[in-house]
Amino acid sequence: MAYRWKNDLTMADVTPKAAYLNRRQILAGTVGLGAIGLAGRASAQGLEPNTLEEITSYNNFYEFGTGKGDPAANAHKLVTSPWSIKVDGMVDRPGDYALDDLLAGLSVEDRLYRFRCVEAWSMVIPWNGIELADILNKVGVQSGARYVAFETVVQPENMIGVQRRVLDFPYVEGLRIDEAMHPLTIMATGIYDEPIYNQNGAPIRLVVPWKYGFKSIKSIVRITLQEDEPPTSWNKANPREYGFYSNVNPNVDHPRWSQATERRIGGGLFAARQDTLMFNGYPEVASLYEGMDLTRFY
Amino acid sequence: MAVTDTLNKGLRKIPAWLIYVVGAAYAVWEFWRALNQIGPYLVEPINVLERAYGEVALILMVVGLMVTPLRQWVGLNLLKFRRAIGVTAFFFVLAHFLVFAILDVQSLERVWTEIVKRPYVTVGMLSFVMLIPLAVTSNNLSVRKLGAATWRKLHKLTYPAAVLGALHYLWLVKGFQIEPIIYLVVIIALVATRYVAIPRKRQTAPS
Repeated sequence: MAYRWKNDLTMADVTPKAAYLNRRQILAGTVGLGAIGLAGRASAQGLEPNTLEEITSYNNFYEFGTGKGDPAANAHKLVTSPWSIKVDGMVDRPGDYALDDLLAGLSVEDRLYRFRCVEAWSMVIPWNGIELADILNKVGVQSGARYVAFETVVQPENMIGVQRRVLDFPYVEGLRIDEAMHPLTIMATGIYDEPIYNQNGAPIRLVVPWKYGFKSIKSIVRITLQEDEPPTSWNKANPREYGFYSNVNPNVDHPRWSQATERRIGGGLFAARQDTLMFNGYPEVASLYEGMDLTRFY
Repeated sequence: MAVTDTLNKGLRKIPAWLIYVVGAAYAVWEFWRALNQIGPYLVEPINVLERAYGEVALILMVVGLMVTPLRQWVGLNLLKFRRAIGVTAFFFVLAHFLVFAILDVQSLERVWTEIVKRPYVTVGMLSFVMLIPLAVTSNNLSVRKLGAATWRKLHKLTYPAAVLGALHYLWLVKGFQIEPIIYLVVIIALVATRYVAIPRKRQTAPS
């Protein structure tokens, strides 16, 4: 089942490691011309990845505080080893899986994805991850299961945001089974070929690139297959503003801000806005929502 | 009280224009850090700068609203700084608006859409508009022309402007966050002191 989705780009197009560590240095001309050539090629296709520094220092992970820099400052407290995931509900092989056991034998792929936050900023991130479908097939999804529910770890003593009750924790999310099985949907374990940082959702997180970032739940400890649509955290907090689907859609505004445009992180103080793409530029998922009124199922 | 007397005496030596200088220097300093993406401005300077200016404006509004209660209850006299505090607050609101309009939203059409469509922007904008006549009339000539009573009446617009400013902040955050609630509660409490009878401490009373 792996390798069902092909990037236009490969990891060879990703800015090389020496370069992503400090892109501004390259631009200043301190690194060789080859690096500039590579970065230029990727950006020509509109997908120049953000630097590791950007990806790991500007995060929403409310368990660690509401400021964008809070997760980077506080997430070192997250204990990620040992890590196990409870798989339950309508599956053939339920249980508490050690992370390594759950992923054993599955292929880790490179996926260079756009990442669009509901707050109208975006990044491009070179993930390393496993197709969620592979994991679900490994545990055996039963025929009546129509939804997948996910849950983030809660370590109250390590999580300042949990102590402050910013949201009703644990953070929960969900997908329809066809969304979960789609080849674009991955469980990420790395970024830039490094183990995923705590502030990005270590040791394993969901990535659904055609949905707003909050759907891509971090630091997952539970996966449940079920018949009914599961509750989701932001929908519980504010149902008028956050729906279950939360597909990136420039035509349906968030009540408090427009979704028509976005700002790509990394452009500095004078970064221009760019148009937001339907399904975040992944039209291959449109068939999943055929016949649905996306202004109602936002 | 000896402490407040000493303080008042010391404060008399500090010129009010220092507030403008410090305010302007701080605004420029934050802009420079945003431009060079230093510290909190490392990754996404626009929103951070927008928020930084907005927050300074709110803090200055709180300080401005504290002048009268501090004088009445504590005997601390900051009256001569109040105009500078208020006008500086206005300039930070203006800077906040300019960052929003020029750097963030980036088109007049979109600015207008945001104001009309998003209640938290509407509320913030309303607060900004209320502050304009106050900034314009913050000079001795205006006080004379309007007459003290009218001028004072006009400047009561500070109260709704401050409350709307705090509401604007509360409305824009996601989830349950404590800072905007603190601002709103403090501002409402400070405005309430104007309308609730509380025993006053007389300036002239012997200590």
